[in-house]
Amino acid sequence: MSPSDGFTHMELRTAYADSVTLLQVSRDVAAAPGVLAAQVAMGTPLNVEVLAGMGFDVPTCTPNDLVVALRLESEEALPGALAAVASALVVTARQDNAATGAVRPRTTASAVRRSGAPLALVSVPGGHAAVEAMDALNEGADVMIFSDNVPVDQEVALKRLAADRGLLVMGPDCGTAMVGGVGLGFANVMPRGDVGIVAASGTGCQQLMCLLATAGVGVSAALGVGGRDLSTEVGGLSTMEALRRLDADPSVHRIVLVSKPPAAEVAEAVQAYAGALSTPVDLALLGPGRADLTRATEELLGSLGVPVPTWPVWGAREWHPGPGYLRGLFVGGTLCDEAMLVAGERLGPIRSNIPLAPELALDESLTADAHLMVDFGDDTLTRGRAHPMIDPGLRLDHLARAAADPATAVLLLDVVLGNGAEPDPAALLAPAVTAAITAAREAGRELAVVVACVGTEDDPQGLTRQAQALAEAGAEVHLSNAHAARRAASLTTGATS
Amino acid sequence: MTVVNRPASSDTLTGLVSAGAGHFATAVEAQGVPVEQVEWQPPMAGTTDDLAVVVTDPLRRTANQRAVEAVLASQATLVDVAPASEVLGLEPGQFLHAGPPITWDRTSGPMRGALMGAAVFEGLVADAEDAVALFEGGRFSLEPCHHRSAVGPMAGVVSPSMWMFVLEDPATGRRAFCSLNEGLGKVLRFGAYGAEVLERLRWMSAVLGPLLRDTVRAGDPIDVTGILTQMLQMGDEGHNRNRSGTLMVLRDLAPGLVSSGHDAADVAEVLRFIGGNEHFFLNLSMPACKLALDSARDIDGSTMVVAMARNGTEFGIQVSGTGDQWFTGPAQFVDGLYLGGFGPEDANPDIGDSAIAETAGIGGFSMATAPAIVRFVGGTVPDALATTRRMHEITLAKNPRWTIPVLEFEGAPTGIDVTAVCRTGILPQINTGMAGNRAGIGQVGAGLVTPPAEIFPAALAALAERARSRR
Repeated sequence: MSPSDGFTHMELRTAYADSVTLLQVSRDVAAAPGVLAAQVAMGTPLNVEVLAGMGFDVPTCTPNDLVVALRLESEEALPGALAAVASALVVTARQDNAATGAVRPRTTASAVRRSGAPLALVSVPGGHAAVEAMDALNEGADVMIFSDNVPVDQEVALKRLAADRGLLVMGPDCGTAMVGGVGLGFANVMPRGDVGIVAASGTGCQQLMCLLATAGVGVSAALGVGGRDLSTEVGGLSTMEALRRLDADPSVHRIVLVSKPPAAEVAEAVQAYAGALSTPVDLALLGPGRADLTRATEELLGSLGVPVPTWPVWGAREWHPGPGYLRGLFVGGTLCDEAMLVAGERLGPIRSNIPLAPELALDESLTADAHLMVDFGDDTLTRGRAHPMIDPGLRLDHLARAAADPATAVLLLDVVLGNGAEPDPAALLAPAVTAAITAAREAGRELAVVVACVGTEDDPQGLTRQAQALAEAGAEVHLSNAHAARRAASLTTGATS
Repeated sequence: MTVVNRPASSDTLTGLVSAGAGHFATAVEAQGVPVEQVEWQPPMAGTTDDLAVVVTDPLRRTANQRAVEAVLASQATLVDVAPASEVLGLEPGQFLHAGPPITWDRTSGPMRGALMGAAVFEGLVADAEDAVALFEGGRFSLEPCHHRSAVGPMAGVVSPSMWMFVLEDPATGRRAFCSLNEGLGKVLRFGAYGAEVLERLRWMSAVLGPLLRDTVRAGDPIDVTGILTQMLQMGDEGHNRNRSGTLMVLRDLAPGLVSSGHDAADVAEVLRFIGGNEHFFLNLSMPACKLALDSARDIDGSTMVVAMARNGTEFGIQVSGTGDQWFTGPAQFVDGLYLGGFGPEDANPDIGDSAIAETAGIGGFSMATAPAIVRFVGGTVPDALATTRRMHEITLAKNPRWTIPVLEFEGAPTGIDVTAVCRTGILPQINTGMAGNRAGIGQVGAGLVTPPAEIFPAALAALAERARSRR
């Protein structure tokens, strides 16, 4: 860079701007057409030295003078360059007024600190869930972990810390809860009442609630604890905290614990804990040789002195399915479990991806030359995919395949309504049911389709509306999952006998 | 077991935080409950398992609380000014430098320039070039300032004859040290070592240091932390803008200087020097931050960063829960504006211990209080506000003393959490000067820079290893 190159403009102005502003102005002006070099700066000794180093001849000036020094390709570029100086000074001034620079919370800790919310709902992918849940506990909030695929050691770590701090961890894999009258996760819209529910099973809890709603019984709160809470490893930590919460709640007059049968030593501890509470605790434990959820609900109604209603059925009909197997395709894990227990009493062992015994496990194809039931909400089938209550695609594929299999005599399906679930499950399922029945008929078979529809009239999807749509499509629809399973099993028995 | 008072499960839900599926948040909002939705994204690559271990480490919460409390309780007062040979025990041939440890062969231009200049200043060599062989051959030793409770801006070179500010926390008696600021332009800390640089250093040792020593010793300790509190109310962020801080400390020193009995011309020169160097206070704000952060070192389970420092080649961090271990990666280039005819080709990568400011919550972290600073990168005032707000997403606390008026007096974002950085991918934002990349050039610009991202997962892995071993 030589001073003899091009045209040089040097001017002193009586003006002041911050040096940082002027660095920006200099950069903007230097980028203007025809400008080889530009320095707009206050006349401090340092800046004068810099200007001299750039080859400018600087007149005597003070730090209160604004020096505009330009080296241009030619004199013709001067008006444009001065306009650029003016506009750069204006632009930088205008940028002083603007928005607030608000930033969204990026962690659960930040969101709890900002909002003061007493509860966090975590539904990030399972590998990341413990971290977000821990944030909530550290900030003094309870947490519901909807996510599945959370390692059990992380679950234990979270629940131990929560127990030390009197906080509640609902989950992992907690599909439903009702807190303060608000449904969380997949949640049915319930009348408020005085029954409190502690549930280690999401869809089991939903079945119980929907039966209670039909019987006119309301719920005060439903606290999920996650399917592993009553295992030996976890030891019922959340179950006991949830029981404590409900016992302390004056609006709760009766507590129901919904779970698979706990590990023996955990059952003992939990029963001892429950026995010491002032609120009576009923157990609805789903397992071989025990009452199904419908029966357990009826017993609860009995102890509440509420008459047991006739559980509704839509589209009841005479079926004459051909010989073959029962195929159950479920979105609810507990509903699948219960159906296997109920149908298994009649049909014997049922193969499954969540088998009642290890030797009954299905391989990845999820098919077998046998009675089988698949839970599409299981951990292994939700990795990298939304829950089937949100995205029904995978189950619909398998439904078409099972229907096309001549060995399928009876199809058993569940539909779970409520907040968080598909806005209109029947929209896709009803045509699929019709297509399955029609295709079987065209192939010279009769395919029976039985559906358990778990929902309430107040659910956004409407129990009757959904059930009727499925009944019109050709299915027989029950509110009681146990009744649906028993019905499907008896139809299957008829086919194979 | 602590039983806390929780709202009854049937009480109205006052609010919900949702992390993950917006779907569920919408369903809850539709039921009339306000939802704070987390803008969640997957963490930095390879950190998932380590995050789960470290975040669920039972020690972590209490450890971080202790770390934060220690930082916030720290009070830095200027109690002495003395040569490094006296207060740091530096011997001839020993040199301190900014950033994590480094060997001569890996040093950058400005670091070399500063070390060569310091060797001449110490009278160890007559010609700066002669120092090269002595550094190469190991005759002269290099050690980070941080290893001696000290910090230095830019190259951060300290040699035995240089005078140091001595800051002390009266409650604990702990001390931190920093050299005296040379001013702007061609200065040793930017790697310049010409005659005028050495001349100024000699004047600082002969006149400035002794006058400051006598003044400070004769008066009450100067409350540096308190001046920082005021600076943040006055548009300084304490790293790249120290104007009000410099004037306040000048105000506190002036009467003592005048009545010190030293030659009036020297007193006048000292007053002129301090008043004419708006970064004079930087060398007080840095050790104040260092003193605070050192009080949070070595707390098992703490994930708080206690030092961020650059040597011109590498950027390093130290974390409370991992002792003296440095986690280092390549120093980045500064995004900013250049002085005079300098351009990107002249710039050295990020250098200096001054990122101790951001580690303590000021500088780039308190950008919102100094909107003028964003223009270093051609930014806007909303950028400044957003930067400070973004830093709250990776920090553990808000400093109740250091507040930012424009953000409703919200406290400065304090205590960088390694786990939060790995989770959000948000990197600490640092305001910094830019040194020329060749020995002897000096400052070429200023701007914004971040650490290399990979040092945070590395620190996290070390924290996870310790947490696993405690199980």
